[in-house]
Amino acid sequence: MSKVNITINGQALQVDAGMTILEAAQAAGIDIPTFCHDPELTRAGACRICVVEVAGARNLPASCTTPVAEGMVIETESERVQKARRSILELIWADHPHDCLTCEKTGSCKLQDYSYRYNVKESPYKGEARDIPLDDTNPFFFRDLNKCILCGKCIRKCHEINGAGAIDFMYRGFGTKVTTAFDDPIEESSCVFCGMCVDICPVGALIPKQGLQQGRSWEVDKVLTTCPYCGCGCTFYLHVRNDKIVGVTPNFDGPMKGHLCAKGRFGWDFVDSPDRLQTPLIKKDGEFVEASWEEALDLIAAKLKEVRAQYGADAIAGLSSARITNEENYLFQKLLRSLGTNNVDHCARL
Amino acid sequence: MAGLATAFGSGAMTNTIDDIEKTEVIFVIGSNTTENHPVIGYRIKQAVKKGAKLIVADPRYIELCDYADVHLQIKPGTNVALLNAMAHVIIKEGLADEEFIRERTENYAALRVTARDYTPEYAAEITGVPAEDIVRAARLYGAAEAAMIFYTMGITQHTTGTDNVLAVANLALLTGNVGKPGSGVNPLRGQNNVQGACDMGALPDVFTGYQPVTDESVRAKFAKAWGVELSGKVGLTVTDMFTAAGAKKIRAMYIVGENPYLSDPDSAHVRQCMDTLDFLVVQDIFMTETAQYADVVLPAVTWAEKEGTFVNTERRVQKVNQALRPRGNAKADWQIFVELANKLDFDWNYTCAEDIFKEITALTPSYAGITYDRLGANGIQWPCPGADHPGTPILHVGKFSKGFGHFSAVEHQDSAELPDADYPFILTTGRILHHYHTGTMTRRSKPLRFVQDEEFMQINPLDAKALGVTECDIVKVSSRRGSVKTRLKITDSVPPGVVFMTFHFKETAANLLTNPQTCPTAKIPELKACAVNIEKI
Repeated sequence: MSKVNITINGQALQVDAGMTILEAAQAAGIDIPTFCHDPELTRAGACRICVVEVAGARNLPASCTTPVAEGMVIETESERVQKARRSILELIWADHPHDCLTCEKTGSCKLQDYSYRYNVKESPYKGEARDIPLDDTNPFFFRDLNKCILCGKCIRKCHEINGAGAIDFMYRGFGTKVTTAFDDPIEESSCVFCGMCVDICPVGALIPKQGLQQGRSWEVDKVLTTCPYCGCGCTFYLHVRNDKIVGVTPNFDGPMKGHLCAKGRFGWDFVDSPDRLQTPLIKKDGEFVEASWEEALDLIAAKLKEVRAQYGADAIAGLSSARITNEENYLFQKLLRSLGTNNVDHCARL
Repeated sequence: MAGLATAFGSGAMTNTIDDIEKTEVIFVIGSNTTENHPVIGYRIKQAVKKGAKLIVADPRYIELCDYADVHLQIKPGTNVALLNAMAHVIIKEGLADEEFIRERTENYAALRVTARDYTPEYAAEITGVPAEDIVRAARLYGAAEAAMIFYTMGITQHTTGTDNVLAVANLALLTGNVGKPGSGVNPLRGQNNVQGACDMGALPDVFTGYQPVTDESVRAKFAKAWGVELSGKVGLTVTDMFTAAGAKKIRAMYIVGENPYLSDPDSAHVRQCMDTLDFLVVQDIFMTETAQYADVVLPAVTWAEKEGTFVNTERRVQKVNQALRPRGNAKADWQIFVELANKLDFDWNYTCAEDIFKEITALTPSYAGITYDRLGANGIQWPCPGADHPGTPILHVGKFSKGFGHFSAVEHQDSAELPDADYPFILTTGRILHHYHTGTMTRRSKPLRFVQDEEFMQINPLDAKALGVTECDIVKVSSRRGSVKTRLKITDSVPPGVVFMTFHFKETAANLLTNPQTCPTAKIPELKACAVNIEKI
């Protein structure tokens, strides 16, 4: 691939031709703010927060859509750039609820982060504010369109990655909003609740209902693990606080690119179902009675030995599970085979 | 798995999920990918939008049909006829990869002879698919530089399951679509660790890494490592176990994390067989329908409460990390096995999952180079035979695991049970996007339950009209084995004469109806086709 020579913030760089300024800067470890950019989605260039100063250019181009060119001299944090970014933030702030104290997004909100970074405390632009009713009729997530900054990432994710195409822009100008066909509740649309829009929303417009008020983003432990449902093997971070799962975020760097479905993204609450078995049970006179591990395992060992002594090892059979780990499957077949039988199988056939 | 092992030497997915981005043609047969493997479904849809061609063979009009260049809407149980006819067209039109066939395969002559009779017109009679669509699909697949086949239980859950797989493998061999990027035969594994359970030897005929129990040197290796004597007699498969229990040949059973009471065909028979056992242990996270029958129930922890590894459908070994403390007195399955083994006088000294993994890699050549440290965040795809080996994204490159790729001549055979005057409909079963298997987990998830919490059997509008039923009506569905009452969803995603049910809902247990007849080789039951009657109530 051919290379071009550019300069970013005084740093001389050789980068691949065809890269955008944003990609070149990111590769060099230079952080440029973005709202509407997502590396796997069509470039929209909609939010303008990523503008940079290019020597000789008439205006400030959006770095997410502007390709690098030989000899380009770029400043990503010049006075002019910072002023433009402040103006953009002030315009967004003019019509954005100021409820950061209780907003679930606090701590992982790009609007908040950039307002802090560029010291935007309030907006000089006073005008009408949106007053769109909160959509809370589905159990997966809230849609608070008053907080939406119209970056459109959710729309592109829905169309380009999932394919459900449940949402799009509706109306024009100040009335513009991201919604379903006919503005129906989301559960009456083609939405399949994969939650991928929720995970890339830069602000608090899309908030998962699970884990509300259970912890700020900096208070939760994030444990990388593998989904327990189908064989795709998606990995994600379980958010844990006080020994409870309070949420899931995708592993965007994983082999499955951070894509998830409704089961992996929202279907983990069975873990703390009141129906969980809590203690061993032994059936006595047709009823289950609580038992200690010692009693239960002694009984099983005695019965297995008895059956083996009386009828031979092949009178014992074990069904392992496609749900448990490799280590557990290994031990289970080792157990059965050590008892003297190969009668071990699992549900691969079902 | 048996079929693919016969053809290639390994039953696993040959290529990777990322290969979907590198292929010209995707052929999906017997897989409702967007509901059962949703994230792989996204990739297929994305590939089509970027120009890949898509062929879908399925009795139902599934979501992928919206994206397909050709939808081959076959009658359930007619896969071999379709696939043989595609082979017929590929051979006849000179689309076969003669060089690949000559250098890397054997037994091609047998396929040529069989395929000769399967003209598209002949297959059209059997499958109900127009001959010209079969020709179009064959040309698309046959002419591609690289084409991938995906299949799942729609291929395997038939009495002809192994033949179906062999017929799929024939197409890939015929066109040289094995051992290169963007190609291959790719059975999508339906459960988080079904690949791992197979790799680990939770099968009646093999130890870890598919090392046969009938091989004396293999047995000697494991006997020495484990310090026990081992049987060389192949054990019983799940379907045979229940029959043996019914005949009092199996006296004690230990069931871990499975719910055969709902998941196995002809569950009334399964229940009777379980009842005849002298002793049943069930280890699970919930009091499942199966656990109700147990003498002892052991509480296990969920995946979030323990450490270990899963293997995904593309043979990628990935870490499972503990996020929560065990609930109540529940224990990790591996801990329970260790404690029980010690009660049975085996001297097991594992203190953590990694101890076990080290023993696995020491005894399993295809895992030899994998360590927890090496798994990192992205895992490793087996085979990984050494510490410096990067893992294997594509199998059979340059050479098949078994040497030569093997063509098999297979003939169409009818399903074990065909519709007749008493049972005029074909019932086919499967899963839906928002639920999973017998629903033990998903039906205890509040958001997922909101989407759907009961069965809606799919029926074609013409059939509904003839029966005089409307949307959401409750009907009685009966087979020779049992009957259930279920609500209806009227949709032309099923053709006339075919109805579809899931097996997620215990209230409408579809497996009371299904046929336990199995494929003689793979012992997989014919869950995808049985004859039923439907009555308005």
